[in-house]
Amino acid sequence: MSKRSLLKNDWVVMALFTVAVLSMPIWLAPIGAAYPDLLQKFAIFGIFAIGYNILFGLTGYLSFGHAVFLGVGSYTAVWSFKLLTMNVLPAVLFAMVVGGLFAVVIGYLSLRRSGIYFSILTLAFAQMSYNMAYSVLTPITNGETGLQLTKTDPRMIDAMFVAPGEGLPSTNLFGMSMSGYSGFYFCAVLLIIGFFISLRIFRSPFGLKLLAIKSNQNRMLYTGFNTKPYLLTAFVISGVYAGLAGALMAVTDPLAGAERMQWTASGEVVLMTILGGVGTLIGPLLGVGIIKYFENIFSALNTNTLHQTFSFLPDWLEDIVVAISSHFVGDGWHLTLGVLFMVIVIFLPGGVMEGFQRIAALARRLSRPQQEKAIQTSEQE
Amino acid sequence: MSDKKFSELSRRGFIKVGTGAMAAASMPMFFVKNAWAKNFRNDPKDANSVKFGFNVPQTGAYADEGADELRAYKLAVKHINGEGDGGMLNTMKPLTLKGTGVLGKKVEYVTGDTQTKSDAARASAKRMIEKDGVLMVTGGSSSGVAIAVQGLCQEMGIIFMAGLTHSNDTTGKDKRRYGFRHFFNAYMSGRALGPVLKKEYGTDRKAYHLTADYTWGWTQEESIKQTTEELGWKTVATVRTPVGAGDFSQYITPVLNSGADVLILNHYGKDMINSLTQAIQFGLKDKMVDGKQFEIVVPLFSRLMAQGAGDAIKGILGTTNWNWQLQDEGSKAFVKSFGQEYGFPPSMAAQTCYVQALLYADAVERAGTFYPPQVIKALEDFNFDGMGNGPTYYRGADHQCFKDVLVVRGNQNPTSQFDLLQVEQIVPRDQVEYDPKIFGGELGPYEV
Repeated sequence: MSKRSLLKNDWVVMALFTVAVLSMPIWLAPIGAAYPDLLQKFAIFGIFAIGYNILFGLTGYLSFGHAVFLGVGSYTAVWSFKLLTMNVLPAVLFAMVVGGLFAVVIGYLSLRRSGIYFSILTLAFAQMSYNMAYSVLTPITNGETGLQLTKTDPRMIDAMFVAPGEGLPSTNLFGMSMSGYSGFYFCAVLLIIGFFISLRIFRSPFGLKLLAIKSNQNRMLYTGFNTKPYLLTAFVISGVYAGLAGALMAVTDPLAGAERMQWTASGEVVLMTILGGVGTLIGPLLGVGIIKYFENIFSALNTNTLHQTFSFLPDWLEDIVVAISSHFVGDGWHLTLGVLFMVIVIFLPGGVMEGFQRIAALARRLSRPQQEKAIQTSEQE
Repeated sequence: MSDKKFSELSRRGFIKVGTGAMAAASMPMFFVKNAWAKNFRNDPKDANSVKFGFNVPQTGAYADEGADELRAYKLAVKHINGEGDGGMLNTMKPLTLKGTGVLGKKVEYVTGDTQTKSDAARASAKRMIEKDGVLMVTGGSSSGVAIAVQGLCQEMGIIFMAGLTHSNDTTGKDKRRYGFRHFFNAYMSGRALGPVLKKEYGTDRKAYHLTADYTWGWTQEESIKQTTEELGWKTVATVRTPVGAGDFSQYITPVLNSGADVLILNHYGKDMINSLTQAIQFGLKDKMVDGKQFEIVVPLFSRLMAQGAGDAIKGILGTTNWNWQLQDEGSKAFVKSFGQEYGFPPSMAAQTCYVQALLYADAVERAGTFYPPQVIKALEDFNFDGMGNGPTYYRGADHQCFKDVLVVRGNQNPTSQFDLLQVEQIVPRDQVEYDPKIFGGELGPYEV
C-alpha cells in the first residue's frame, strides 16, 4: 500500500493523531510551548475549533456567537463544582447538556436566516448573553469579578464522603488532580474522542448532506430535503463541543468570567478555523496552535529577552533589530498575528492546510522523476 | 475467652477498620496534595539567579498604570541587584538586603500582560510559574485580577505580592495565605475621607454613586456609603457601570435631575478620566442644588488619572496611597532614582509595586530561604519604615499593610504637568485601622 492510500485509512489517521496529541509535551518542548497551561489551552481550544468546524466547515454557516456556549459551559462546570462535587465528570456532562440546550434555542431562532443575517443574529445573541452575564445575572455569574470557588460552597456530594480539608479543594477525577500534566492528558483524551467523532461525521451521509447544504441549499430543497433539522443538528453538535471546551477551561482552572463570552472570543475561534483551513479536519487545530502560541509566548517577550536572542549581532545592529522587532512582541503580539493572518488569507485562502497541500504537491512533482528512476533501477536488479 | 473475643473482633475489625482507613486515606489525597517537606515549587536550588514574574496590564483601561508599574519593577530589580543608586534600599529600616541580589542570587524577571481580564491574567501567571519558574508573582492593576491571580498563586504555592488593588475583598473575604497587599483599601479611603468631607461639604448632602461594576467598585461604594451616611448624608442612588464603558453620558444625564448634590465616582483609570470629564462637560460642577454648590468626589485618585483628566480634576477631593511630592527620605530617594531612570516622577502605582518587590526580596533575605511558608512568616506582622508611607505594619491576620492615608485635592494652579495633586491632609494610621474580622474570609494553609 502506498503512503497516500495509507493516509486515506481513518484508523491510521486516528493513530497518528493520537500519538501526536499525547506526545505534545515532547515535541513542543524545543519551541518553549511544552508547559501544562499552554498544552491544556491547545487541547481545549482544539475541541472548540473542531466543533466549530463541524458547523462552519461543513455547512458554511458562519456563527459569530459561539463563545456563548463556551461561557455557559464554564459557568455550568463551576456551579457543579460549587454545588455538587469537585469531581470533573458531572461538571463536564452538565456543561455539555447545558451548552447543547442553549444551542437548541439560539440555533432554532438564528437558523431561520442564512448568510450574513445568520451571522448577525448569532452575534446579537452572544452580545446579549455577555451583557446579561455582566449585569442582570450577576448573582449567577458574579459579573466582572468572575465566578470562583469559595470554602463555604455546599458541595453536597463531596460533603457526604469527606470532611473538607484546609484551604480550597481542587478539581479532580476520582482523586487525580486536574491541574498540571494530568489535566492536560484528560483534555487530550477528550480531544482525541472529539476528533474521532468529528472524523466520523465528516465521512458519514449526514456530513455529506451538510456539505450539500454548503454547496447549494436550494438544490437540496428542490430534491425534497428539509435542510433545517440537519442544520440545527450541526449547530447543536458544535454547541455541545463548545460547552465541553468551556467545561474543560473550568476543570483546569476553576474560574469562569464573562469575558469568555465576549464577541472577541467568538471572533477568535473564527480566526483559528480560517487560519488553519476551513472544512479540513486538522486545519482548525493548527489555527488553535498558532494563535494560542502567539498569545502566550509572543506576548511575554520583552526587550530584555530580545537583546538576549540577538546578542550574536554587533551591538549597533542588535539595537536596531531590537528596536524594530520590539513593536511586534509583548503588547504588540496582536500586530504580528494580524500581519500573519493577512498574509495567509491573501496568499493561502485555504489556510495553513492549503500551504501544506501546495508543498506536498511540489514535493511530489520534484520527486516523481527520481521515483521512476528508482523503480527502474530496482526492476533492473 | 478474652483471646477468642479479641481474635473475632480483629477479623471483622480488620476488614471494617481496614476498609474505612483505606477510604479515609484515599479520599483526602486530593485535598492534601503536598507531602514533601521543603520540596517546594520552583525551588532555585543551586541556580545563580532567581526569577520574579511581573504580571501587569499592558492593554485595556488600566494600561497607563501597568506601564508605570513595570518601570518601577525594573527599577526595583536593579536596586536589589546592586545596580543604580539603590533607591529606597538606602532608607528602608530594618533592612536585610545587601544589594547583591537575594540570598546571593541575581534577580531576573519575566513580564506578562493581564489585559485587565481574570482569564488572561491567570493564563499569564500560570505561564510564569509553569514555564519560566518564577518564585514570586506581582502586579495587577485591578482588584478582580488581583483576586483571581491570588487564588491561583495559593493553589500553586507561589507568593503573590499584589500591586494596585483597592477592593476590601483582596485582604477581606478573598484573602489568601500566599497573597500580600501593600496598597490601602476602600474602607481606609472612606475612613480618611469622612472628616474632610464633613468639614468641606457639611452634614446635609445627597450623594449619587456611579460605580465600576466589579469587586473594587462594589466595596468602595459600600465603604464610602457607610462613611457618608454616618455623617448624615443621604444616598440618592447607586448606579453600576460596566468597566471600560468609554461613554458615560447615559449614566450622567439622570444625575442632573435626581436631586443629588454630590456625585461620587467609584471609577478608576481611563474610566474615571472619561466619567469625570463628561460630568464636567454636562455642567455638574457649576450646578446649584437647593442653594448648595454641586460637588464631585473621586474616592481613589492617582496622578496618572489627574494627568489624563486635565482641567477637570481641579478642586476635586479624593484619597491616594502615596504622592511623589512627599518630603520624607524614602519618597525622595525613590523619586530621585525613578526620575533619573525615566525622566518623570513615579505614580502611586509605581511606588506600591516597587515597595512590594523590595519587601518580598527583603523577607526572603530575612527568612534565609525561598521556602514560601518561611517567607510568609517573615512578612507577617513585619514593621518597617522609610518606604514613603511612614511607619508601616504588615498585619499577619489579613496580610494588609497599615499606614497613613493621604487625602488629596486636584491642584487649582499646577506649577508643572506633574504637580497635579496637593496633599490636603495626611490621615494618621490609627484612624484608618479596623478589625480584620469585619470582612470575614480565611487565609488558608501555609503548606499547599
